[in-house]
Amino acid sequence: MLIAILTLLALSALAPLLERVLRRHSYQVLALGPLAVFVSLAGGFLPLGRTENWAWFPSLGVGLDFHLTGLGRLMGLLICGIGVLVLLYARSYLDGERLTGRFGCFLMLFMAAMLGVVLADNLILLFIFWELTSISSYLLIGYFHESEESRWKALQALLVTGFGGVAMLGGFILLGLATDAWTISGLRATDVVIIDHPWYPAILTLVLLGALTKSAQFPFHFWLPNAMAAPTPVSAYLHSATMVKAGIFLLATMHPILGRTDAWAFTLVPIGGLTAALAAYKGFLQTDLKSILAYSTLSVLGILTLMLGVGTDLALKSAVLFMLGHALYKAALFMVAGSIDHETGTRDVRVLGSLRSLMPMTAAGALLASFSKAGFPPFFGFVGKEYVYKTATQLDEYALLVLLPATVANMLLLALALKVGLHPFWSRADVARLPKKPHEAPWTMWIGPLALGAAGLVMGLQPHRLVTPLVQPAVQEMAGHPVSFALALWHGFNLPLMLSVLTVTCGLTLYFFRRRAWAIFARIKPNRFTFDLAYKTAFDRFFADAKTVTGLLQSGSLRQYFMVILMFTGGLLIYELFLLGDVPLNAGLAGLSLVQGACGLLAVGGTWVAVTSTSRTTVLAGLGLVGFAVGTIFLFQAAPDLAITQILVEALTVVLFMLVLSRLPKIRFHRPARTRMLDAAVAMFAGVIVTVLVLKAQAIEIAGPISGAFGDLSYLQAKGKNVVNVILVDFRALDTLGEATVLGIAALGIKALLCVPRAGGGRSYADSLIFRTTARALMPILVGLSLVVLYRGHNQPGGGFIGGLLAAIAVILMSLAFSSRTARMSMRIAPGTLIGVGLAVVLVSGLLGMFSQTFLTGLWLPAFELPLLGKVHLGTPVLFDIGVYLAVIGFVTQTTFSLTEENA
Amino acid sequence: MSTMAAVIIGVLVAGAVYSLLQRSIVRIVVGIVLLSQAVNLTVFSAAGLKEATPPVIADGARTLADGAADPLPQALVLTAIVIGFGLVAFTLALTTRTYQELGDDDIEKFNRTDT
Repeated sequence: MLIAILTLLALSALAPLLERVLRRHSYQVLALGPLAVFVSLAGGFLPLGRTENWAWFPSLGVGLDFHLTGLGRLMGLLICGIGVLVLLYARSYLDGERLTGRFGCFLMLFMAAMLGVVLADNLILLFIFWELTSISSYLLIGYFHESEESRWKALQALLVTGFGGVAMLGGFILLGLATDAWTISGLRATDVVIIDHPWYPAILTLVLLGALTKSAQFPFHFWLPNAMAAPTPVSAYLHSATMVKAGIFLLATMHPILGRTDAWAFTLVPIGGLTAALAAYKGFLQTDLKSILAYSTLSVLGILTLMLGVGTDLALKSAVLFMLGHALYKAALFMVAGSIDHETGTRDVRVLGSLRSLMPMTAAGALLASFSKAGFPPFFGFVGKEYVYKTATQLDEYALLVLLPATVANMLLLALALKVGLHPFWSRADVARLPKKPHEAPWTMWIGPLALGAAGLVMGLQPHRLVTPLVQPAVQEMAGHPVSFALALWHGFNLPLMLSVLTVTCGLTLYFFRRRAWAIFARIKPNRFTFDLAYKTAFDRFFADAKTVTGLLQSGSLRQYFMVILMFTGGLLIYELFLLGDVPLNAGLAGLSLVQGACGLLAVGGTWVAVTSTSRTTVLAGLGLVGFAVGTIFLFQAAPDLAITQILVEALTVVLFMLVLSRLPKIRFHRPARTRMLDAAVAMFAGVIVTVLVLKAQAIEIAGPISGAFGDLSYLQAKGKNVVNVILVDFRALDTLGEATVLGIAALGIKALLCVPRAGGGRSYADSLIFRTTARALMPILVGLSLVVLYRGHNQPGGGFIGGLLAAIAVILMSLAFSSRTARMSMRIAPGTLIGVGLAVVLVSGLLGMFSQTFLTGLWLPAFELPLLGKVHLGTPVLFDIGVYLAVIGFVTQTTFSLTEENA
Repeated sequence: MSTMAAVIIGVLVAGAVYSLLQRSIVRIVVGIVLLSQAVNLTVFSAAGLKEATPPVIADGARTLADGAADPLPQALVLTAIVIGFGLVAFTLALTTRTYQELGDDDIEKFNRTDT
């Protein structure tokens, strides 16, 4: 089953390519996918009851669990069977449109998602497929994306069904927590009586919200007629076998788990009845073929919801039969409507007519399908309708509540069926007045209606032989016990038959008065209140309110944001101080050496200058002082690696600042000194809090150092004596990988920000012979030095970072002495490429580790002796360090070039 | 030494906060630089600033000697320095570009670029 879904997904991905190669035959290739699934379901290659369990997120209890149920098989056959016909139809229908490749991609995606919904056993998996149907139907409905209206309607469908989907997820999670069963099969087998569980009302509400929004039941019915904005093949698919039927499928699946309670029945029966009657009435007033069909779909969905709400064996039987019949004729009629639209240029029934002789094949399909929809014997629609009446008449309690909407809806549906399937073909009209001169549609467009219409007839003639094996397992699952089946067209003279006769009589009467009804409709003023309008109001209000609320917090002033951040951070720090109240402050200057004291003074003085001066060079000098002071502290606190890195970085920072200094504004304060006193007070306060916290933190030791193992294993396992470097390239190499990637991204960002033109960079900063000669002489020395530093880094202070910075300085020196163009040439390789190569080397060294254990495990070759170098030990961490080295050079040079060349 | 480190960190934080509260865009870059220095120093001093030898295994030895400094904060700070440098380079480019586009360095006047 997973393979079936993956096949459809793969075809979805291939669709644009197929379109490019095969043009108008591409969908015929796509159709092979659902055809194969259809055959394997129908031919029993996927036997009933088959389960598949693939691990996915074992820790979360989410698996790719599939289970082929009777209902799932029935739905799967419809999804794939109608899918094949829709695919054939769609490519001809859309011929001449742009983006047909994309459309095929969306349609296959939708098909795969829908198949997933009916095959999934795991609740979370079901939810994921469910949402995927919402998203892909959004893409399909919004296919004509240049139209604002089309986009709006697509978004409406997405939001309404998405809202329901989230509610359903909530219901599923509660269901899973209550029973500890996260699969449908598990829920059916569980000992927990869910309908007595205290959470039952919440679960029921949430799950029903999901089902009712998806199948567009009142009061969520408004999205479905709007979804008509989709191309007709999509409507044919969405309305017949898929999307809206997903809601019905969910109700049917949940019936044995959550159903047969008063809450279930008293929610679904009124909602279903109301939707059925109301939608049929509204449909009767429509004159657009697609709108008529849309409202009749709504009405049928209402009847299905009603039947599932009733929940007796007979009701479940009729729900499944009615749904099957509807899927067949509704897809056919939508295709017919699309063909008429395609051939005549209009969908308005008031001008359509006399198409019988012009489009004979389409007319035949339409006739068959509409007779099934009308419920005439011996079509299959008749069987479904008879069962609905049978259900209603055998109810004791609320028979009338079921009977009334069902009868009204069926009468109107009959009239609607004839209006769509009969009227355009058989009634008289002036063909010359149509926008286009009609002729028969291509075979791909009439084969669908004809096949489905014929299926409706054959299944009506032989219901027991053809339909029972399909339907019986589904009904038995829904009922939870064996149900006897004796499907027949003829049940003798009984109450349901009387009702059928009444329906046909009234329906035909309504049909004959259709023209008068349109006249009346033309005079009816549009409703002032519609649910569509309510949705729009809510939608607009939501965004307006969101904007107001956002405005309260997001004033647009960076200063204010920073104040908020500062207040919260400060509050947390003060709270921390409060917790550490009894920790003594071991402040004192004992044992302070002269160098350390000098560093302190330098750092404080540098900060003061950097903060208060308004001269750009002075500020830069202040920052430099701070940096070198901190570097010196590193040096005297046994951290040579840090000290070298810090000093190199400081040098580079100064260079970068110098490069842009002339283009930066003067560092003014913008506010008078008086108002800055507050800032100073806040800053001093922050400084004092941090100092006290650091002092207290130094006095306590919450946990022992975790780095003991690093020191112990560094040489023995990672073959390196410089523990800092070993941590970087081996123990914690993943962090370093992340960091190198960040540098690469920063370089990309800088490049994009400054948009360097390739021709620039001719300008030189220092036109000094001495500087140039020195730079030229220093360059090879620095590069050589950087290689030495890189090589010895594993055992001595040094490594990829420091080496990379050194080499970059060599290039920058050239760029300053001559021009960045000269520097680029001296590099011979573009900085961007260098970053890419560096990151690739880093990744490869990590991937090599997977040969032995996991990503980034260090692998070593045996050591060997070389002249000059002594004992050489090569391994993936060395390679890793080389990658870092290259990436750092790339980053620094890219940044420098961007900043310099932008000048030119 | 630890007391002095704490004081330096405090001074750096105070300077950073003050700079970040200003409206000049260059001052904000200055604030970022100072803040990253303060944070690096804090992480570095978290291991305790005692008399120690560099965390390099001596010739002939197989494991790190007892008197050596803790290598972990050093490794953390080393990457932090380089990342901080990347951040400064990026903000510098951003600042240059912003000033070029808007012709102003007062962030209170940047509001219209939000939308």
